This record gives sequence, structure tokens and C-alpha cells, in this order.
Amino acid sequence: MAAPALQENPTEARIASHAMPAKGWSLNAREGALARLRAMGLPQRRDEYWKFTRPDTLTQVVAPTAAVFHNDEAPLFDGIERLKVVFVDGVFDAEASDDLTLEGISIERLATAESDLHWARDLYGTLEARGQHPVERPLAALNTAFATDGVLINVTDKPSKPISLIYRHESETSDAILHHCIKLEAGAELTLLENGPAAARFNKSMEVEVADGATFHHVRAQGRDHERRAATHIFARLGKGSQFKSFTLTVNGQLTRNECVIELTGDDASAHVAGACVGDGAFHHDDTVFVTHDAVNCESRQVFKKVLRNGATGVFQGKILVKEGAQKTDGYQISQSLLLDGDSQFLAKPELEIYADDVACSHGSTSGAIDEDALFYLRARGVPKGDATDMLTLSFLAEAVEEIDSEELRDEVNGRMSSWLKRRRD
Amino acid sequence: MLSIKNLNVKLEEEDKQILKGVDLEVEAGKVHAIMGPNGSGKSTLSYVLSGKDGYEVTEGSATLEGEDLLEMEPEERAAAGLFLAFQYPVEIPGVGNMTFLRTAVNAQRKARGEEEMSAADFLKVIRAKAKELKIDADMLKRPVNVGFSGGEKKRNEILQMAMLEPKMCILDETDSGLDVDAMKLVAEGVNALRSAGRGFLVITHYQRLLDHIKPDVVHIMADGRIVKTGGPELALEVENNGYADILAEVA
Repeated sequence: MAAPALQENPTEARIASHAMPAKGWSLNAREGALARLRAMGLPQRRDEYWKFTRPDTLTQVVAPTAAVFHNDEAPLFDGIERLKVVFVDGVFDAEASDDLTLEGISIERLATAESDLHWARDLYGTLEARGQHPVERPLAALNTAFATDGVLINVTDKPSKPISLIYRHESETSDAILHHCIKLEAGAELTLLENGPAAARFNKSMEVEVADGATFHHVRAQGRDHERRAATHIFARLGKGSQFKSFTLTVNGQLTRNECVIELTGDDASAHVAGACVGDGAFHHDDTVFVTHDAVNCESRQVFKKVLRNGATGVFQGKILVKEGAQKTDGYQISQSLLLDGDSQFLAKPELEIYADDVACSHGSTSGAIDEDALFYLRARGVPKGDATDMLTLSFLAEAVEEIDSEELRDEVNGRMSSWLKRRRD
Repeated sequence: MLSIKNLNVKLEEEDKQILKGVDLEVEAGKVHAIMGPNGSGKSTLSYVLSGKDGYEVTEGSATLEGEDLLEMEPEERAAAGLFLAFQYPVEIPGVGNMTFLRTAVNAQRKARGEEEMSAADFLKVIRAKAKELKIDADMLKRPVNVGFSGGEKKRNEILQMAMLEPKMCILDETDSGLDVDAMKLVAEGVNALRSAGRGFLVITHYQRLLDHIKPDVVHIMADGRIVKTGGPELALEVENNGYADILAEVA
């Protein structure tokens, strides 16, 4: 008898379960990514950047099932004027989506963008490949190689409304891989919204090229399905005087690993990446961030806040790398957890690596409980204990939420977090 | 209004008696002042009355208009009409001052079975009251006490008091950290709230606050007891001679 399949190399087994398109402009990039994946192998527990998060359910061939969460609340961003692009379990839903035309922007789907000389050819897989050093990100290479769809967005001006990617989850066994390329031309501006649980298991990658003087705002909310799993990557490269702002809200989900890799390559650029998460029980949330300063007078901020209860786990691995010559860098990093009980844990690995001598970088990481003095102050003014606790919890998350520029979007996000807190009190 | 009888209090976590039989009656419409050296138990009294954790009442009672304060949660005491102006008001980042106050006002109204105040009405009232205390629109919008100066924090306490309209106000060393002008402003705010239906208990180290908030009765507290009670002249005596003489006299 031949050796049983169990002894097969897990990376090869996973590769064998996916298919690459037979032709097309992305093929070269996909083959390059596949070679990178083979060289790296899928992540394992012993890998330096996977010490706090078990990768097995993200890497195994068959995705663990995840029940669909039903809830009467209006979907996030419902009241906001936007252009909707809907994916159901990773499959584009033309009927639910808006017409993909808007002034100042071109939007196409990865699966149907057939032109051989497509603009995205220079971007697809390029930032992901750059982002593989010095830290390997095999799940992103897997994504580039086998993504089945995604959007290719080229922003030439300032479109009148946000683009909203909506990820619905309807099948308990879905396993989706989406890859988005976003290119903002010089001076262009875009607000990108993302929300929804997407699939039982979701691997999503987004490459964002922000040209000189362009502005990119990103607000994302990862769906509330308790059993869903996700590994996401954002790769961004910033030109001179450009701005990048990304905020992620994570409510529930069994396992979420959000990686963000940002390179500031033009002088005077600014990158803010923030996250707020609330979870309880079998909730594991990992933010892994790598910001590289490679130009003069750039600013970066990482603000990550986690509210954990009833055995939930939060992970933060954040790095600021200031390259030689990146003078006048202003780097800031804060990661904090609010542990609502003694069962939850927060694991943090903040890192600074600096090769320039005229920089200001600060970082901090804390874990704590609700401030008793503040709680008493609110109660002494007549606010009941439960409301006061929620108020202080939202207050703890506020520094991250304030990274969202739009008040309307901030209110949406705060509303979602308060209803989560309220549900936990019943 | 406020009736305290033989109140004995120890720290919950150590065997340390702080209050050793406090007796005090504050009538509606009156201002009582409590003075005393450091460590005499003045602040503890204010915390025990408002319901802070960490203290254990071993004997005695405290009632507000006949209702047992010691049985109530802090928020219930507030809704019943008790207000403590904190010596060190707490900073709460991320919660707007106005949002906080509106939540507090409406939580108290709800607890009393009254109708909640509409956003528009609330805004109208708070603007008028803030103006009297020289609190500008920016201070109302900013997170609670964050980045406020010492004087601004205390004025904010008085604004909260004005908005919540309590029956019984306890001011815990409201003069600490204030310059003369700020103290005058705070005192004017307090005086404006003096009324026939409202009692005040003003806790202070120094007589100077009492130049501006004229008390009806002055108590001297030492070692967990009220050792002497008199009129406003008692405060002057402390100012001129210190506590030592009074303590020697009652010992």
C-alpha cells in the first residue's frame, strides 16, 4: 500500500486543494506567490509570529464549519450613502450590488478583469511580495496565488461616496479567498467600507497603493458570527504627503488574525492604523502590525484596544521600523486591553527598531480592569452600575474609535459596540 | 434632612477604625461646615455617605429625609438627592462632559419615576447654568474633566450639582487647589444653590472658603469624632489659633 495521505506535506496538501486560473494577467504574480508559499511553508505554531495564535484552523485543507449568526439589528453602514459591492460566501452577488460605475473611480472584479495589460498587473502581489520581509506571511502568499475574486479599484479623483464591500455569510462550510487591489492616483481620495462575516473561513488580502498627496480612509467591521475565522492582510505603500487611515472593529468571531503592513516611502506621509475589538468566551483576536518608515518627516500611529471577558484572548504584535535616513519620524504605538474578568488574557509584543538618530517614537502596552474610582464617580452622579461600566468600556475604546474621521461612521461603530455590551448584560 | 447617628466605620481591608461615633444633623436650608486636621476622618465621612467601596459601617446610622442611606447603592443615594462634590474629580476620556451629565440627569429622573429631559431642554438649561459658572461651550464638549485645570474641575463639579439639583450637597475640600478668584467663582455657584429646601455639608481644612460660603454651623472633627460644634466664630478661632488649642481644650 502507498503511504497514507496523512503523511503528506500540509503546505502541498493545501496547495493541491486550490486551483489557479489557466491564464490571464495575474498569472505571473500568482505563480510567483505560489513559489513564495512553497519556500516558506504554511505557518506553524513554532514560528516566531505565530507563538500566540494557533494557525492550524487557518491552514488546514478543510475549513471548520461556522454557524450563521441571525440577528434583527440593521446591518452596519445601512443608513450611509455608498456604492455597494456584495459578496456572499466569497462569491460576487451582482443582484445585491450596485452598478459599479461612479465618477472619479473605476471598479472591476478580479475574476472578470480580462485585459492583458491591466493596470492592476503592477500591483497584484507586488506589495504582498515586499511585505514578506523581514517577517513571512505565508497566508498572504496563499491568497495571491489562489484568490477567486476581489475588486480592483483605481481612484483618479474624489468619488462622491464611499465604496462599501459587504461580505455576507450564508453557508456553514464556506471557505473564501478574496484579493483587492486599490490604487489611488496623485491627489485622489477614497473612503472604503467593509463589513460582514464573509464566510466560515475567510482569507482576504488588500493591496493599497497611495500615490503622492492621496488620501485613503478605511473603516471595516468584521462580522459578528461567533464561529467564523478570518486571516486578513492589508499591504499599503504611501507616497509623498499621502495619508492612510484604517480602522477595524471586531465583534465576536472565533479566530481573527489581522495583519497590516505599511511602508512610508514618500516624505511627509502619515499612516494611522487602529482597531477596537470586543469579545468573550472562545474569542481569539490577533492584530499583527508592521510599519516601516523609509522617508523623512513621516508620522505613524498604531492604536489598538481590546475588551475581553469570560476567557477571551487578545494578541498584539506591533512593530515600528525606522530605516536609516528616515529622520524626523514621529512614531506612536499603543496597545491596551480591558479585562472584564480574571479569565481573559492579553498577549502583547511591541517592538521598535530604529536606525535613524533624529526620531520620536513611543510605545506602550497595558492590561487593566475597569477603574473603580471612575466607576464610583459615575455612580455617585446617579448612573446605574451597568450603564456606568458600559460607559467606561466605551471610553476605554474611544482612542481607537477616534481614529475614524467621519462622525457618522464613528457613531455607527459606537452603536455596534454598545449593543454588544448591552447584550452581555441581559 | 441629613441625620447621622453614632456612625462607626472601619476600613474593609484592615483593622483600622476611622469614624468613632459621629453624630450630625444637617437641617434643610442650613450650611454646616466640618473642619479638622488631616486624618481626622472628614473625607471618609463623605465617602461613606455617598457609598464608596472599601468601608465597613460597624455601628450607627445615616438617613436622608428618613431614608436609610447605608442600605442604598451609590446611584440610589444620588437619585434620592445626595450629591458629593469630589475633592479629586475623576477624568473620563472618551465621554463628553455634556453626554455624561445628560445621562446622569436622566438616570436620576428615571430612578425617581420622572420623565426624562429632552435633548433640547437639557441644552437650554445647561447653557444657562454653565454661563453663570464661566464654563464655555468647549468645556462642555470635552471629555469629562480631561485636560481641565484644578479650577475648571471644581467648577464642573458645581455645574453638575446645579444640573442635578440635589437636596443634600456634600462638598469635600472643594477649595483645595483653587486660587482666590477660582474659589470666589465656585463659592458664588454654591451660594446660588442655597435654598430653604437644601442642606449643605462643607468639608474644609481652612477657614478661607467659609468667608465666601457662610456657614450656619461649624463642627470640628478630630480622630473620627465631632469634638466641638459652634457658630461661624469657631472657624475664625481655628484660623487664628490652629487646631491644637481646641483639641487640648476638649481632650
